[in-house]
Amino acid sequence: MLIFMAILIGVLYSTGVYLMLRRNVVKLIFGLFLLGHAANLLIFTVGGLVRARPPLAAVGADAPPPDVADPLPQALVLTAIVIGFALTSFFAVLAKRVFLATGTDDTDALKSTES
Amino acid sequence: MNQLVVMPVLIPLACAALSVLASRSARAQGIIGVVGTGALLAASILLLRTVLEHGVLALQIAGWPAPYGITLVADTLSAIMVVLGGITGFAVAIYALVDIDADRREAGFYPMLHVLLMGVCFSFVTGDAFNLYVCFEIMLIASFVLLALGGERMQMEGALKYVTLNLVSSAIFLSALGVLYGLTGTLNLAHLHQLMPGVAAEHPDLVAATAGLFLVSFGIKAGLFPLYFWLPSSYHTPPVAVSAIFAGLLTKVGVYALIRMFTLVFGDLEGAHRLLLILATLTMIAGVLGAVSQYHIRRILSFHIISQIGYMVVGLGLMVSPDPDVRRLGLLAAVFYIAHHIIVKANLFLIGGIVRRLRGTEELRDMGGLYRQMPWLAALFLVPALSLAGIPPLSGFWAKLSLFRAGLQAGQWVVVGAAIAAGVMTLMSMIKIWNEAFWKAPPETDATAAITIEPLDRGRLAVLLVPAVGLAVLTLLIGLFPGFLFDLAGRAAGELLDPTPYLEAVGAVATGGAP
Repeated sequence: MLIFMAILIGVLYSTGVYLMLRRNVVKLIFGLFLLGHAANLLIFTVGGLVRARPPLAAVGADAPPPDVADPLPQALVLTAIVIGFALTSFFAVLAKRVFLATGTDDTDALKSTES
Repeated sequence: MNQLVVMPVLIPLACAALSVLASRSARAQGIIGVVGTGALLAASILLLRTVLEHGVLALQIAGWPAPYGITLVADTLSAIMVVLGGITGFAVAIYALVDIDADRREAGFYPMLHVLLMGVCFSFVTGDAFNLYVCFEIMLIASFVLLALGGERMQMEGALKYVTLNLVSSAIFLSALGVLYGLTGTLNLAHLHQLMPGVAAEHPDLVAATAGLFLVSFGIKAGLFPLYFWLPSSYHTPPVAVSAIFAGLLTKVGVYALIRMFTLVFGDLEGAHRLLLILATLTMIAGVLGAVSQYHIRRILSFHIISQIGYMVVGLGLMVSPDPDVRRLGLLAAVFYIAHHIIVKANLFLIGGIVRRLRGTEELRDMGGLYRQMPWLAALFLVPALSLAGIPPLSGFWAKLSLFRAGLQAGQWVVVGAAIAAGVMTLMSMIKIWNEAFWKAPPETDATAAITIEPLDRGRLAVLLVPAVGLAVLTLLIGLFPGFLFDLAGRAAGELLDPTPYLEAVGAVATGGAP
């Protein structure tokens, strides 16, 4: 399982970077989105993959039994997903406004702030 | 007493909410802006005084003990940074009364200004690595909106680059956090400090790789060579008030994060400090060379931000030296430099904005004759400009002096040489602005139509001048009485090198409880 997750995360990172290096603004957004997902999956995976042992304490017990799944990476990923969602939607709107203001979605044409 | 730590976060949050409620009245929003940032400044000074009196303060959010809950910690460095945030916020809120037009005010300038300050102050007081990520995101989303607000073509292009690079930096930061958690099982900074020696002995390669991820992520935010290209292509596009607060605070949050991470968590990683020292040296030179070729006021100033970031990180990079004296002096210089730089750089942007309004352009070639018209404005510009270049007796001189001393003691001749060269070129750049904007005769052709701006009457000019004069006075005060800031920076450096008070304040971690 771990090896599949590692391959999947690697593919996500590389696809994200590849898309970001394209000239199209929309592909840039998709690339960033994939990078965020790769990071989320990375946190989830290195936090330890545990199958079917939820971190729940039995009624009356003080602590859950040992070897349960670590809940913290899930909380971190949940936070990161929410933030990532907000930023991606902002970026999508920004890309639309950039297109309206400049009339292009080619990042190579957006050079007027450089010189 | 410990509740004071959360005030720099709560005050801007409350002001942001009030500003949203008052969104129909630009006047009310302006008043909330000035009073709220003033209250933030007052609370931050109180925090600094309390920290100086009682030592490091820590607050466990919702009473969850560290390392399980989120801890807010204010040591001397945090408190100094929060005060600087308050000063910049207050100055910019006054300046914005005139500088921000009605459209931008209606579109939500003030709420976003407060949210930005909240994110910045939150980053300074948080004691948890993941919380630091969240604070960065709060700060970023507010800065995205401030940068894009108004929707001019240049702004949109600048915003696209700024947003992209900062989101890449966030993704790298998040990945680094994931690996760090996988390695150590904690994200509390104090707890990380305690676990790191054991983990580093077990997995030196993984720790080095994680440190590298943090370095790249914070390096992008701080504007380190070769990761700074987003900065000069975006900082000159928004209104001057927005530029000024970005220039003063945002990159310094990156520098703060670098200092915190590479003393508290990766304090013993010599390779990382060596890399930081090399990158910082290149940053000083690359930034100042970029500025030499520019003729646009805010672009020149933007490149100088990069160059100055180099100076600060040199102070951190001197941690390569095994000599504790050099380490202490280097960190002292870095903290002193940050304090000096935030005040001076925000002020230069504010004065640049006044020049822009008087001349209707930011192109130096189209300016001139301001000295004849307003000799006092020329004098006002010289205070931060010469301070930036490090001319005694202004604040920049002491900052550079302590850095050179640390560098010479460490025997880093190349670094000190590069710093001196960058200082000379900074002086050239500042003289260029002074010559072109103030001294030379205005050009024959009438180029005033480049930027259309409403004319500036006396009252509005006075409002713009208040924060600029205030910051200039602060620069002079630091320059004439540097002892106070030296003591503060020395104390901050001492706490960074020996974080025992920090660890004790966070408490409960002392047992090293397993995650």
